[in-house]
Amino acid sequence: MNVKKQFKEGLITQNPVLVQLLGMCSTMAITTSIMNGLGMGVSVMIILTLSNIIISLLRKVIPNEVRIACFIVVIAGFVTCVDLLLQAYLPDIAASLGVFIPLIVVNCIILGRAEAFASKNSVGASALDGIFQGIGYTVVLLILCCFRELLGNGTLAGRQIMPESYTPALLLVLPVGGFLSLGALIAAMQWALAKSEKKKKEAK
Amino acid sequence: MSVTTLLAISLGAILTNNFIFAQFLGICPFLGVSKKIDTAIGMGAAVTFVMGLASAFAYGVNKILIALDLGYMQTVAFILVIAALVQFVEMFLKKFIPTLYTALGVYLPLITTNCAVLGVALLNVQNNYNFIESVVYGITGGLGFLLAIFLFAAVREQTEFSEHPKAFDGFPIALITGGLIALAFMGFSGLKVW
Repeated sequence: MNVKKQFKEGLITQNPVLVQLLGMCSTMAITTSIMNGLGMGVSVMIILTLSNIIISLLRKVIPNEVRIACFIVVIAGFVTCVDLLLQAYLPDIAASLGVFIPLIVVNCIILGRAEAFASKNSVGASALDGIFQGIGYTVVLLILCCFRELLGNGTLAGRQIMPESYTPALLLVLPVGGFLSLGALIAAMQWALAKSEKKKKEAK
Repeated sequence: MSVTTLLAISLGAILTNNFIFAQFLGICPFLGVSKKIDTAIGMGAAVTFVMGLASAFAYGVNKILIALDLGYMQTVAFILVIAALVQFVEMFLKKFIPTLYTALGVYLPLITTNCAVLGVALLNVQNNYNFIESVVYGITGGLGFLLAIFLFAAVREQTEFSEHPKAFDGFPIALITGGLIALAFMGFSGLKVW
């Protein structure tokens, strides 16, 4: 088990959103304020870790033909738990995330990691994979949230940051802003990855 | 319920509150299956069909769950219904309309994890739609998806040949394109029915 390598993969080289391009719907939809991003990121991280653990434990029991259905049932169970917990203890966040909490069931990150990692690896490695991929997802959400909330609303986590005279670029908190800012962020990531690869080649 | 409400629901689902451009539901297939217009239309049609069916079935399932006091099982029940439905549609098409089945190919099973389908089922419950409203919302939502993916595929076929910065290759340029179409769709937001 290689903790460092897994950490780097989850955060950078195999980042679920920027490199694997999974879970786009929620990424674009809810990144309008930092509280939303944090709530969504942490929920996904918890569900991803728990479902990775359970699926890894069951990987020898689940028959290959019906594995997707089994994965979805496991994931849906955890999503329901998190949904109920959020509604009970953090009703504000639950209300602003709305339909996107139950929709974590069909978030491709979770099913994707179950299929690509948890169904082939040991419990410990799968749990770590869940945590690191979850962190990678959360970090991307937070970057997008900061960008969109600061420029689109002039606030950060609800607090006014920009001077009064700043006119918020409303466009960024609208759906259009989601498409444009995520597109720009992925482009930046591709640019950075291409650059570091070039450096490695030159060093050789 | 009148024709006007149904019309308002339809217009909302297709234009003003388009599933893709306003609600961010179903982005994965929207980005994944939009490289060619033909496959995009096939996908859109299949999604429309499944969304309509899923709305109808989910309405019934939700009524049963509420009667049994099992409302919290909604998410699990809906996803199972959708998975079963997609499987059923797949078997039906394979047996009776094999040409359509082969045309849709791998995209058919993928509809299970399309968040627009689960999304429409959940939104129907949230909006308290009755049976007919639910089905209409499902079908027109699917038509909105079809329109969006068709327009997007048409633009994307062109961007394949255009020059753009290398870092924007692939998904980034597609997302920017999607953003610009979303901007155009914002123009519908002032639309009012009566």
